[in-house]
This record gives sequence, C-alpha cells and structure tokens, in this order.
Amino acid sequence: MDASGPYDPTLDYPEGPAIAEIAGGGDIKPWRPLHVTRRNFLRGVVCSGIVIGGSSYLFSAATPARADARGVERMMSLTVNGKTRHVDVAPNETLGYTVRYRLGLTGTKIGCNQAECGACTVMADGRTIYSCSTLTHRMRGKDIVTVEGIAAADGTLHPVQQAFIDELAPQCGFCTPGQVVAGVALLNANPNPTEEEARVAMSGNLCRCGAYEHYLRGVMKAAREV
Amino acid sequence: MSDVMHNFELYQPDSIQGAADLLGEFDDAWIIAGAKDSLGWFKDRVIQPSVVVDIGGIAELTGIEETDDGGLYIGAMTTLTDVLENPLIRDRYPILSSSASQVASPQIRNAGSIGGNISQDTRCVYYRTGFPCYRAGGNTCYANTPTAMNRDHALFEVSRCVAVTPSDTAPAMVALGASMVIRRKGEDIEVPASEYFIGPEIDITRMTVLEHGDILLGIRLPADWANARHYFEKVADRNTWDFALVSITMVAKMAGNAIEDVAMVCGGVQCTPRRLTEVEDVVRGEVPGAEVETLVRRVASRGAQPLNFNHFKIPLMENLAARAVRSLA
Ligand SMILES: Cc1cc2nc3c(=O)[nH]c(=O)nc-3n(C[C@H](O)[C@H](O)[C@H](O)COP(=O)(O)OP(=O)(O)OC[C@H]3O[C@@H](n4cnc5c(N)ncnc54)[C@H](O)[C@@H]3O)c2cc1C
Ligand code: SF4
Ligand code: FES
Ligand code: FES
Repeated sequence: MDASGPYDPTLDYPEGPAIAEIAGGGDIKPWRPLHVTRRNFLRGVVCSGIVIGGSSYLFSAATPARADARGVERMMSLTVNGKTRHVDVAPNETLGYTVRYRLGLTGTKIGCNQAECGACTVMADGRTIYSCSTLTHRMRGKDIVTVEGIAAADGTLHPVQQAFIDELAPQCGFCTPGQVVAGVALLNANPNPTEEEARVAMSGNLCRCGAYEHYLRGVMKAAREV
Repeated sequence: MSDVMHNFELYQPDSIQGAADLLGEFDDAWIIAGAKDSLGWFKDRVIQPSVVVDIGGIAELTGIEETDDGGLYIGAMTTLTDVLENPLIRDRYPILSSSASQVASPQIRNAGSIGGNISQDTRCVYYRTGFPCYRAGGNTCYANTPTAMNRDHALFEVSRCVAVTPSDTAPAMVALGASMVIRRKGEDIEVPASEYFIGPEIDITRMTVLEHGDILLGIRLPADWANARHYFEKVADRNTWDFALVSITMVAKMAGNAIEDVAMVCGGVQCTPRRLTEVEDVVRGEVPGAEVETLVRRVASRGAQPLNFNHFKIPLMENLAARAVRSLA
C-alpha cells in the first residue's frame, strides 16, 4: 500500500509510518479510531453505552462531499511537525480533532473543548493557539508544531521538557503538553523572558493540579539554558 | 456543554467582494474571523448556520497603517496580539494596547481579531446557553428576575435586556473617537464608535450596527488623542479568560497640572460602552486631587439601577473612575 499518497479513511494502514515520521521518528503507537472495524466498533458501543454521542463524535467527519464546488475542498495538505501530509478534513473539523484522530498525535489533549484551558495548545507559525477552537481548514499553509514535534529527532528532550521534569512540574500531566508548547513558543520568541513575561505567556494554560509555580520555574530554568 | 459542531459548508474567499457575494447569496451565512466567539456558539449548538464564510484569507483585511491625517488604520482581521505588540499603537494609543492585552488569554489573542472583538455578542449566560429570551427573539428576560444569576449584568440604559458589552477594546474605541469602516451593499460607510455599538432600545437582537451582509473592513483611529495620557484598568474574577466585571478607559490632555480635556468610558455596566460624561464635566479644568476624586465618586455611577446581584459594580465603578483621575496627578 502506498502510504505516501493521499490519506484515505476507507483503507486500513498497517503500521502508520507517517505517524512515526510526523512525530519526529519517536516510537509512538498510533491509535486511529477511524480504523476500527465494524465489529470492534460495535463491541466498543456495547461496553461504553454512548453510541449516539460516541459515534457522532468519531464519525461526524463522514459527512457527504461538499455540495457547492466553491466551498472548501476536504482534501487538504497540512504541515505538522515539519512533515506535510494530505488529510481528509471535514469543514467543521477542529485542528485538535485532526491531529488526534486523523494523524494519531494524541499528545495534544482536549480538556474543555472551548478555548478555556490550554490543554490543546499547539503552535501555528510560531504562535500558540488553541487547537480545539481552530478550524483545521484555516491552517492551510501554516507550520504547525504539536508537543510531539518539540523533542529532537534522536529523542533528546527540549530544555523546557527537561526543566519541567527537573522541577517536578507535571502532577497528573494532563496540562503538560500544552504547558510545554507554550513554554517553547515563549523561548523561541523571547529567549530571555522576565518572570512576569513568562507568567503572561503561560497564563493561557490552566493546571487543575495547581503546579503553576513549578511550570514557571521550569520555563525560567530552561531560559537560562537555551 | 460543548459538543462537536453541526455540519456546515465552509467558504474561504480571498477577496472582500468574494465574501460579500457569498453573504448576499446565503441568508444564514455567518462570518468567522478568529472564530473565537463564533465556535462557542456552534459548539453549544445554539447557533447553527448552514454556511460559514471564513474571512481569514482576505489579505486586505489585515494590517496596521498610518493615515494621512496622522492617525492609524487597523484592518479588521488584524489579530489582538498584532494590535497589542504594534509599536505605533503602543506609542500613540497605549490604551488600545493595554486593553487588547487584557483580552481572554495569549492563545485567544493570537487568533482573535480586533474586528471580532468589537463585534462579538454578549456573554449573558442565559442567552449564550440557548434560552429563548428577548435578545434571542423571545418575550422574556431570564436574567432580570429576583433569583436570576445577574451578577455580570447591567446597571444602566436597560430596555428589557440587561446584558452588557463583553469587549475589552470597545471602550477604548469610543474614548479614542475611532470610526468603523464597513462595506455595505458595495459601498464603504464609516460609523463612529459611539454609534457602532447599539443598545436594546435600538435593536435588542444585535450589539452593533452590523447587519447581515455587512463586512467590517477596519478601524480608523484619529490623531486627536495620540500621545495623550491614558489609563486602562479591568476588574475580572481571574486575570485570564474572564470578561470584565467593570473596566475603565480614560484618555486625557493636561495643561500644566490641570486636566484640559478628557474622555472616560466604562465597560461592563451597560449594553454599550458607557461614556461617563458627568465625570468628564466634573474634572475638566481641575487639578487632580482628593477633592476632585470625591466629586468623581459622587457622579460616576449616577443613575445606576442595580439588579439583585450586581450592586457591587456601583462602588467598583466609582473607585475605578477615581483611580483613573488619580493617575493624572
Ligand atoms: C474563553 C474565552 C474568553 C474570552 N475572554 C474575553 C475577554 O476577556 N475580553 C474580550 O474582550 N473578549 C473575550 N473573549 C471573546 C472573543 O472571542 C475574543 O475577544 C475575540 O477577539 C473575538 O474575535 P474573533 O475574531 O475570534 O471573533 P469571531 O468569532 O470570528 O467573530 C465574532 C463576531 O463578529 C463577527 N465578525 C467578525 N469579524 C467581522 C467582520 N470583519 N465583519 C463583519 N462581522 C464580523 C462574526 O460574524 C461574529 O458574529 C473570550 C472568548 C473566549 C472563548
Ligand atoms: S439579559 Fe438580555 S440576553 Fe440575557 S436573558 Fe435577558 S434578554 Fe436575554
Ligand atoms: S481543550 Fe482547547 S483550550 Fe481547553
Ligand atoms: S499537572 Fe495536572 S493539570 Fe497540570
């Protein structure tokens, strides 16, 4: 099978090499709900009991082709972590959905799904955005970086990631991918932030565990290192 | 509750004309700029337009330029981050930088547009969650009842609806005497900020003069208040994400120690930004100090009609007005 061609949701891609590629060569196990077989899907439904919510969530993307040729074309190229891929994207699809469920990059978390927590933070052309509240079609031509694209290709952690570990920043870890992206975006734009600047840059990322001071110390520590 | 959005046809025109044609063709076409207000509506499934026109690809709508009269022109699609970081705006209209810097969160400012910020709909919790209230075309107000959650609601100029303006930058637009350039039926019209924002007595279903089919092209800032003294303060429950409970915006020109001219506008207390003309009259020509502040406190909230849970906005407003004047001392 030609995995480099356009993405086709009806095909069952065996290993998902593209995912490993996008993730920068790391060893990431793809989880691709669009590939569940009918039987698996039914089993999932029986166990979860959320057939309506669940199926409409995962498969709302399977809406008919556009009715009007002037509307956006579903097939689009999306550049994520330096790799450009062709993806089939519904007009109402958010970037958070696309990176998680179509590209298998599940490092990006969906917390509130309404621009109020920051768990879904990714970079677009170097600036942080909430991927849960961004239409994927708006991202054509943009350079997107998710948390999977932060570490070096050989797995060496970015100073921000290392500093978060050193400072024991993650507690439950759910907000961590967003905190990493926000911290890295700050240091890319401003390698020597004051503590106040770092506070503002990290202010769009909620942490239910309240580890704010640890994240802040981590960013300031990383700033001294980069 | 937030859900996956309804299905819609998405258009991404690359010209203003292209966008105008689509709006003319489809009755329920909805413009998205940064989409930060709009996607909330869609995800809550309260508003479900079948056609969405994304104006993000129209290059002409983005950018900040100097104008011949010494003022600035800001394209409607310019992001709040670009507005607050722009050196010309920082220099001449710091009040606009500081108010833009208080909007929502960094991620929202990176995507949200200045045009969307001044055109966004109110945040009344009943209205936003789909109650069929006056503003939604119904015949009652759920916020103006003895037990309603109306802590965020209005003190002034209530006409059936008690919702307030949510925008942090709107008061600065009024204070600076900005005007909004709008493409309406093929023609460009210019509306002063003081008329752009409308209250329920004019049209209870809209917050601005924008009608279906209109496209906000940009904002013109006159030179009048450039380099004057500026003061902005927003009080909200949290510094991030939360809308203003009350905000104060002031521009002033000094003649020696005395206040020569001043414009003061309050956010969060009325459906539109509220110009505090009585405060302006009291302080004009005066030297800021304890006496003037006492007078300011006395007149700042005159005429307020509090609801059950928003009395606290009255002293808040008075104190903010007094602090603004104190900053000139
Ligand atoms: C969690 C959260 C917190 C927020 N906190 C704040 C806050 O503290 N302060 C604040 O001021 N705002 C706040 N906002 C509101 C708002 O989303 C942002 O301020 C943002 O600037 C809106 O701009 P946008 O471009 O994203 O809007 P959009 O959603 O794209 O547009 C808003 C409205 O304006 C219309 N519109 C936009 N551009 C044009 C145009 N050029 N011509 C005609 N119509 C147009 C749209 O049709 C829509 O009705 C918050 C939003 C969220 C989700
Ligand atoms: S305050 Fe206005 S928007 Fe809110 S419920 Fe009443 S009529 Fe509706
Ligand atoms: S999931 Fe996007 S901000 Fe919470
Ligand atoms: S570490 Fe648990 S939410 Fe931040």
